[in-house]
Amino acid sequence: MTYLLRRLGFYLLAAWVSLTVNFVIPRLAPGDPASALQLRFQGRLEPEALLAMKQAFGFVEAPLPVQYASYLAALLRGDLGISVSYFPAPVRDVIAEGLGWTVFLSGVSVLTSFALGSLLGAVLAFRRGGLMDSVLPPVLTFLGAFPYFWLSMLLLYVLGFSLDWLPVRHAYADHLEPGLSLAFVSSALLHAFLPALSIVLTSVGSWVLSMRSNLIATLSEDYVLLAAAKGLSPRRIVFRYAVRSALLPSLAGFGMALGFVLSGSLLAEIVFSYPGQGYLLYQAVKNQDYALLQGLFLSITLAVLLANFLVDVLSFVLDPRLRG
Amino acid sequence: MTLLRLLWHSRPARLGLSILACFAVVAAIGPWFTRDAAAFLASPLEPPSSSYLLGTTRQGQDVFAQLIVGTRSSLGIGLLVGLAITLIGSLVGLAAAYFGGLVDDALSLCVNVFLVLPGLPLAVVLAAFLEAGPLTIALVLTITGWAWHARVIRAQALTIRQKDFVQVAVALGERPLRVMLSEILPNMSSVVFAGFIGATMHAIGAQVGLEFLGLGDVSQVTWGTNLFWAVQNQDILTESWWTMMPTGLAIALFGFALVLVHLGIDEVNSPRLRAPGEYLALVGWRTALGRLVTPVARVETMPPGGSRRID
Repeated sequence: MTYLLRRLGFYLLAAWVSLTVNFVIPRLAPGDPASALQLRFQGRLEPEALLAMKQAFGFVEAPLPVQYASYLAALLRGDLGISVSYFPAPVRDVIAEGLGWTVFLSGVSVLTSFALGSLLGAVLAFRRGGLMDSVLPPVLTFLGAFPYFWLSMLLLYVLGFSLDWLPVRHAYADHLEPGLSLAFVSSALLHAFLPALSIVLTSVGSWVLSMRSNLIATLSEDYVLLAAAKGLSPRRIVFRYAVRSALLPSLAGFGMALGFVLSGSLLAEIVFSYPGQGYLLYQAVKNQDYALLQGLFLSITLAVLLANFLVDVLSFVLDPRLRG
Repeated sequence: MTLLRLLWHSRPARLGLSILACFAVVAAIGPWFTRDAAAFLASPLEPPSSSYLLGTTRQGQDVFAQLIVGTRSSLGIGLLVGLAITLIGSLVGLAAAYFGGLVDDALSLCVNVFLVLPGLPLAVVLAAFLEAGPLTIALVLTITGWAWHARVIRAQALTIRQKDFVQVAVALGERPLRVMLSEILPNMSSVVFAGFIGATMHAIGAQVGLEFLGLGDVSQVTWGTNLFWAVQNQDILTESWWTMMPTGLAIALFGFALVLVHLGIDEVNSPRLRAPGEYLALVGWRTALGRLVTPVARVETMPPGGSRRID
């Protein structure tokens, strides 16, 4: 239990750091962010609303600690200011709308990539020296060297545009109402296919390689030898005995990889105009919508921290050594 | 130099180093032999022809010239950031390993927090608030990239710290900085170099990603802005593949070459990788792979699963 509490403490600290970074960065910028904010909303917002917005970012005429307190208090209320590019929607609502799509897209692609990569890696280790074992690693490494979003552009161009096999824009067909209908779900899956494919293609290689090497190491363990001496079939030894412990190091890396892959999927979203956090990020940059930008930074960071904690809980359940 | 000579014996590293050398030559002298990359020379979106080898952009710029000039500027930033990350990461990692105790706890905590924060959103926020330009990009990428290198260096330095010759140097009363730099560091040059390769990989990928978002100086010609303009001009819709293919392939080839050199360093680090049977035919692929098989203390130069990138 102390292990989980220690991890929780660490993530809380990391969360606090990201909140503080978010507070500090605008104050490092050249120029005066407070009056820039004023200028941007002048005439569009009621004076009271403008004041509330300034308070949310701690732009009050007071010493820094008071500004910081004002900022934290607004955060606790869930007040992230008002978006310029989606005026007059509050940043919180804009982000909430995109969050589901991003969790769906990157969740599906990260899990697919992890499962597929680990399985392939296990097969490669099982058939070491075979044809697949000599062809796949270099090919996957080469694919992994492409920027995610460039591969997205390529897929978009070839499969989506030239061949017109798959939809290339948005998360679902325009005429459908979001809901749990079969038409909507299949449309959403179809629209997610290309972006997810580009993420899986670029990230699967590292899982394959790490699973392959972990498994090869595990196969030289004594307990595997014992299992072989008992006369168990090689297939059973590999997939029932060895894969389970070989999976642990990959799982430990999963949390960290999540951050990398998420970043990649944000850019893939932009290419496919997929209405998630990445697309919002692009809009925010394009329109210099600083409130939205900062809100996105916080929401993405906190989501990654939460996912990391969940992975820790999962390893805690799977790995008895952590419970010792 | 010894390291380079050792590397030359590994086939993947030799291929990787040769590709990198080609890139270096192109970046160094290429721009003198091309047309002005920023000038509007020809009619828009001409497909590749003998006068414009890779066609022209929507603005009528020479794509080939943009590729070559972009190579110079992108590699320049990549190299700069790679060096900065290597320097900062090495110093932090060495200090944490050398002093141990509270210093180590504090530095490691800092490193771990930076590792768990997702790189791209942080980089985007930083780049959006600071003035656009290559130096801002370099600064942002260094801030988001140093932690991994520090962690790797610390892990390796910890094991060397325990060695007798280091203990002797400490007992003789050598100054900490001297012990770190002239006793510990020279014994982990391959790890530092591998870290530099990884950092450069991060720098190139992340730089392209940020500029693709429009956070660079879009009036400059770099790999990232080339792709930014290709998307801005909706070149996919007009089927002008030539404006985005060359840059993307160049990035991938460069990244691939870095991975190959990285593999070669792993071989130098752990000679067991060169054992027969672990030999993959294509490009002399002797496996990243066996990294875990070696009984020698293993150094993670890449995160398990997922390469270190924020693009």
